Amino acid sequence: MEILKSAAAGTLESSDCLVTVEPGEGITLDLSSSVMNQYGRQIKAAVLETLERLEVQNANVTVVDKGALECSLKARVECAVFRSCGASSANIPWGGAVR
Amino acid sequence: MIRRPKPERFRLRRTMMFMNAQKPGLIKDAYIYGCDSIMLDLEDAVAENQKDAARFSLYHALTTIDYGSTEVIVRINGLDTPHWQEDIRVCVAGGADGIRIAKCESAQDVHTVEAAVEAAEKEFGVEVGRTLLMAALESPKGILNAYEICSASDRMFGVAISGGDFRKCMQTTFQRDGVDMLAARGQMLIAARAAGIQCFDTVFTDLDDEEGFRAEVLQNKAMGFDGKSLINPKQIRLVHEVFCPTEKEVRQAEAVVRAFVEQSAAGVGVFTVNGKMIDVAFIPGAQRTLRLAKACGMYEGDLV
Amino acid sequence: MINAVGRDIPEELLVNGKEVYQGKFYMDGKYMQKAAPKTRRYEKPAESKIVATLVDALKQCGAKDGMTFSFHHHLRNGDYVANMVMKAAIEELGLKDLTIAATSLGEAHDPIADYIEEGKVIGIQTSGIRGRMGEVVSAGKLKTPAIIRSHGGRPRAIEAGEVHIDIAFVAAPTSDCVGNCRGIGGKSNCGSLGYAMTDAKYADHVVVVTDCLVDFPNFPASVEAIDVDAVVVVDSIGNPKKIASAAARISQNPRDLMMAENVAKVIASTPYFKEGFSFQTGVGGPSLAANLFLEKYMDARNIKMGWAIGGICGPMVELLKKGKVGKVIDVQDFDLDAVNSINQTPGHYEMSASQYANPANKGAFVNKLDFVVLAALEIDTGFNVNVLTGSDGVLRGAPGGHPDTAAGSKVCIIVTPLTRGRMATVCEKVVTVTTPGDCVDVLVTDYGIAVNPLRPDLIECLDNAGIPHVTIESLKEKAYSLVGRPDDLQWEDKVVAVLEARDGTILDVVRKIKPLEL
Repeated sequence: MEILKSAAAGTLESSDCLVTVEPGEGITLDLSSSVMNQYGRQIKAAVLETLERLEVQNANVTVVDKGALECSLKARVECAVFRSCGASSANIPWGGAVR
Repeated sequence: MIRRPKPERFRLRRTMMFMNAQKPGLIKDAYIYGCDSIMLDLEDAVAENQKDAARFSLYHALTTIDYGSTEVIVRINGLDTPHWQEDIRVCVAGGADGIRIAKCESAQDVHTVEAAVEAAEKEFGVEVGRTLLMAALESPKGILNAYEICSASDRMFGVAISGGDFRKCMQTTFQRDGVDMLAARGQMLIAARAAGIQCFDTVFTDLDDEEGFRAEVLQNKAMGFDGKSLINPKQIRLVHEVFCPTEKEVRQAEAVVRAFVEQSAAGVGVFTVNGKMIDVAFIPGAQRTLRLAKACGMYEGDLV
Repeated sequence: MINAVGRDIPEELLVNGKEVYQGKFYMDGKYMQKAAPKTRRYEKPAESKIVATLVDALKQCGAKDGMTFSFHHHLRNGDYVANMVMKAAIEELGLKDLTIAATSLGEAHDPIADYIEEGKVIGIQTSGIRGRMGEVVSAGKLKTPAIIRSHGGRPRAIEAGEVHIDIAFVAAPTSDCVGNCRGIGGKSNCGSLGYAMTDAKYADHVVVVTDCLVDFPNFPASVEAIDVDAVVVVDSIGNPKKIASAAARISQNPRDLMMAENVAKVIASTPYFKEGFSFQTGVGGPSLAANLFLEKYMDARNIKMGWAIGGICGPMVELLKKGKVGKVIDVQDFDLDAVNSINQTPGHYEMSASQYANPANKGAFVNKLDFVVLAALEIDTGFNVNVLTGSDGVLRGAPGGHPDTAAGSKVCIIVTPLTRGRMATVCEKVVTVTTPGDCVDVLVTDYGIAVNPLRPDLIECLDNAGIPHVTIESLKEKAYSLVGRPDDLQWEDKVVAVLEARDGTILDVVRKIKPLEL
């Protein structure tokens, strides 16, 4: 997918995260997390893997994590990406690229 | 990915607890409180501009979190909104046990949802017929059409009344004795029983009014409801307590079922248990009592 | 050297008779020589000990570089006194190389972190460390490792002379002109002054800092004039709003309530739950809520609690007033209900930290305790508890009375949710051992109960009562299945804090954390 405009999903509540995607060249990831020392590596991997599944090749991604579980993290990244393409409200490929 | 077992159309549903599907901290383990069903809400709890985000959260919750034997139902947005079709797609793809149809007013509403569910089941390779349905009646028209709604589909396991909207339509407010909704509850119960499906009462919203809550739950049980919708885990315990059979009822039910098993093997159709004449018509009730007793930890035998 | 909880203690710390932890009650029966302070005689009658400023008081006590100053934490996050004293000593008198021996340090003391960074404060001895202080110590900026002791371990160390206090500062809500102090009757009331008592008896010099001077004699006094060198009157010793909350409210969080109910169930299943039982609980959500459910079991069995100890708050005072507990013995107060009750409600008494929890005296209250309900930041499969370091390895907690009550009580119950956000509370190996697993008996979580296999008697109690329980390993696995298995923290060699067991042996060390670089 191609990031057409800046979009965000999520909140800064505990157990959630705020993901922002913007048009960019290549992938850059700015990650901060309340559980950085224990889970920073896994969070980074999950975000990059999700972007790859969605075939996002160019994006500046910012994740502010407040201890979200991996399933919440993936949901926020996907929602931000679909929103940036204006495609978040119908015909989502559940079980396909989103899984 | 979690694959939930095929949903049971008729199972114990004393407590159905609402949870905002958009709140990761809430839905991650709502089952620990011991309610029979959780109701992940895409409708009123989710702001209009977060409907999309809630679906992503819901999908991953359904496919990642092991809810165990707790039933997982999703309340979808009304048929008069632009959201319900995608809601149904995500429910079916994620493997929810059932869907609650909000603001249901006619058999046609059930058919509309059922068609979309079936299409989604085919799209996502889910066994056709797996996804159960229940209807929420929120208007006078819904109550008047209760029987046609209850009997509209083999997927229908139950019907519930939604008090907030209904009271507004009726130009009344919550009354402690339940008179505001007495007729509606009664009519819905009759329709549900006639159609052979379950029936659930509305939520009780004043969390500080324990006495009022108890009175309402006692009345629910006396009227014959199967269970109640809840908004907070702390309400679960009381409902389970009230819906518990008495020790005497459990012993009698056990004796009835046991005698029936023995007598029918011997070819006897009518017999007496503790001085009461019993025939096959008593058996479903006695079995229901035992199932309830088992869920309440009062019966450990193997008759159910 | 590996100690009894499997922690590797650097050899260089094992000097001057320091040993590694070897299991609870290892020191039982041994003799110790108590250290006596060197104090000044005030033989000539004097009208008053009031001096104009903290600087004057410091000078009168001969304050100089390298000294150890002590503070107590009854004013909690509202405390102004430690900051005022350190500012006067460092910025006005130009002192350096100072050591702070506090009963606890929190966010209120953030300004002192600057003095650590400047190298003016070179030693910290405390029962708790939070906020910026925790961060700078974790970052290795303190010249010597911080020493962390429990509330019982501290008076033990003072009495044994391992901590020598040059000047003790008593933050007194009321004092008279010669230094009789009480925790009530003023404008910044804190109730009990229990943690200041041992300090005042063993310090060479004692300075009372008050914002409410009252008529002589201010009696009955918690800290007595016979131990006091000087009295300083200041505008305010603390922010009353942060000293004691209006009322410690019992949690309405359904998760807390569910756990609290299970705690009460476990307690009621044991033979120690009988007329006259003794009890302590923390003020955390589920711990405090346990009071509520316990009362129901007490009513149902028609029994009363004999006595309760600890940090005290309103719900316990309520039980006392209702006649459901015989006596409440109080080392610290957490809310205004408790502050207003101590020494006023019949049966509500004050005690010192030594009387509360010291393992080296001839019998502290904790030794007679039946039940204690405690929280945890982490608990591992060996039932070792961490209440000091966050899962990220940074100092942000307080052993407080945790290790003392756990060791002394007949049944120690830890109550904690299985996970907090993405942190697994039940884990394979806690970051820091603050309470050894051989002192912990039962774990109650929102996902189930586990009993320490060292307590087959309690396992039988739960089985007889039909209370389901699982192994702690299965709870750990459940936690990891929810949050994922965390990566191991990366440490540097430098030791930033030494965790002393209550008996004075070394339980664990905290090293400098190496932040993750992505």
